[in-house]
Amino acid sequence: MSFFEKLMKIDRRIIFLLIFIGVAVPLIVALNFTLEITQPVRKVYSLVEDADDGAYILLSFDYGPSTKPEIQPMAIAVLKHAFERDYKVVCSALWPMGVLMCSEAIESVKEEYPNIEYGVDYVNLGYKAGGLVTINHMGKNMRETFPTDAANNPISEIPIMDNIKNLTNFDFIVGFSSGSPGLKQWVQVAHDAYGVPVAGGSTAVQVPSLSPYLNRENQLEGLLGGLKGAAEYEKLIASPGTAVKGMDAQSIAHLLIIIFITIGNIGYFVTGKYKQKRL
Amino acid sequence: MALTMERLGVWIGAALTFAIYSFLYKDNPVYKIAEQIFVGISAGYWFIYTIFNILKPNLYTPLTSDFGNNTLLVLPAILGIFMLCRLVPKINWVSRYAISVVVGTTAGLALIRTLQSDVITQMSETIMNPFSGPNAAVILGKWILIIGTTTGIIYFFFSKKHTGAFGATAKLGIVFLMISFGAAFGYTVMARISLLIGRLQYLLGEWLGIIQP
Repeated sequence: MSFFEKLMKIDRRIIFLLIFIGVAVPLIVALNFTLEITQPVRKVYSLVEDADDGAYILLSFDYGPSTKPEIQPMAIAVLKHAFERDYKVVCSALWPMGVLMCSEAIESVKEEYPNIEYGVDYVNLGYKAGGLVTINHMGKNMRETFPTDAANNPISEIPIMDNIKNLTNFDFIVGFSSGSPGLKQWVQVAHDAYGVPVAGGSTAVQVPSLSPYLNRENQLEGLLGGLKGAAEYEKLIASPGTAVKGMDAQSIAHLLIIIFITIGNIGYFVTGKYKQKRL
Repeated sequence: MALTMERLGVWIGAALTFAIYSFLYKDNPVYKIAEQIFVGISAGYWFIYTIFNILKPNLYTPLTSDFGNNTLLVLPAILGIFMLCRLVPKINWVSRYAISVVVGTTAGLALIRTLQSDVITQMSETIMNPFSGPNAAVILGKWILIIGTTTGIIYFFFSKKHTGAFGATAKLGIVFLMISFGAAFGYTVMARISLLIGRLQYLLGEWLGIIQP
């Protein structure tokens, strides 16, 4: 049996083990690969950075624990940036577990920004079912859509909401999305129907389907794609977190997968398997 | 005490992670137990979460505290009960009314928005002057966008046999489609590896304390 024939019959558990080692080692020993900032991420940063003082921004947490490793770092990074610029942050969720994701993200930045006050600097409006329909209603009347916050406090008693009547009162919206309803619906309604600038972060899987919205019309102002997008944003705000730490492991894992695919393809031709398939 | 419970939670999390990953070696009873625990806890958690975080604040509390101003909520409440009728074979047809409202409303709204955002705007974004641009890279990008979109659509035109010049154009469309599938595959790999990174950060950080969580 030739070398490539042996490789073609390799136990897949060896590949799992190599990937495991390839991911674990760079997490323990930092390799500090360079991280290039891409245009869509820079545009999200500029949107947040260049807004007027005291801007009102809406962050939508449309994901759950299953995609937390990818999206939570970008939510935390954008929250830090927003609090650094003294913006008023309104959080909502189109996914039930988004409420919890929002609370956890805010808790994690409180140590760095101890002076932020609930109801004055930020509010968690909670979850509302309906997706596209809910966003449409938020465009007409925020108070009817969210009569109370996540803790059941009436909106009329929350100071940050005094100047918010509908979506157009926000300077911009950032959606963190891992599916539907999510960023696509925010673009379709908040931007395309109400003209509010929309940027966002999504799982890497969603990036190809959201990229067409990064166009001349700026349907999406910018996009943070997966862990890499989060890492780039952390680098831009000079606050490296779990995403930056994970990028070395990501790079090694990708390198291993490229090597596996290359070896597999060479083996496929060298062992003549492609001829067998065609017969 | 709280700290002990927190540590216990971390240990349970680590044990369940290993139990789930043990499937990569081979299917085994430990994996099955972890899987059943996950399904059971998820179902129970969602049931309670739905009642207290969705039904109660959005329906029960508004109706009981201020019925006069929330009369309209009776309609979704009735439709919700209709939906539950699926569980009773003799009257399960009633649920079709609720489903028809949901499907009708969503289809109506989504159709307009999808046409505007995904068809009209995307088409207008493809209509551009391919000869103008600040540099050669931008002009090349415009040509790739126009050729890729056009040939990709031609591939999906099945009313004419894919032969001759038409077939060659469709084949070029396949090349662009393959490139987009490759990009999608790359992003999918990145997403799955990110989840593994998240788990390993948990194991190495919160559980073993080798790295900073």
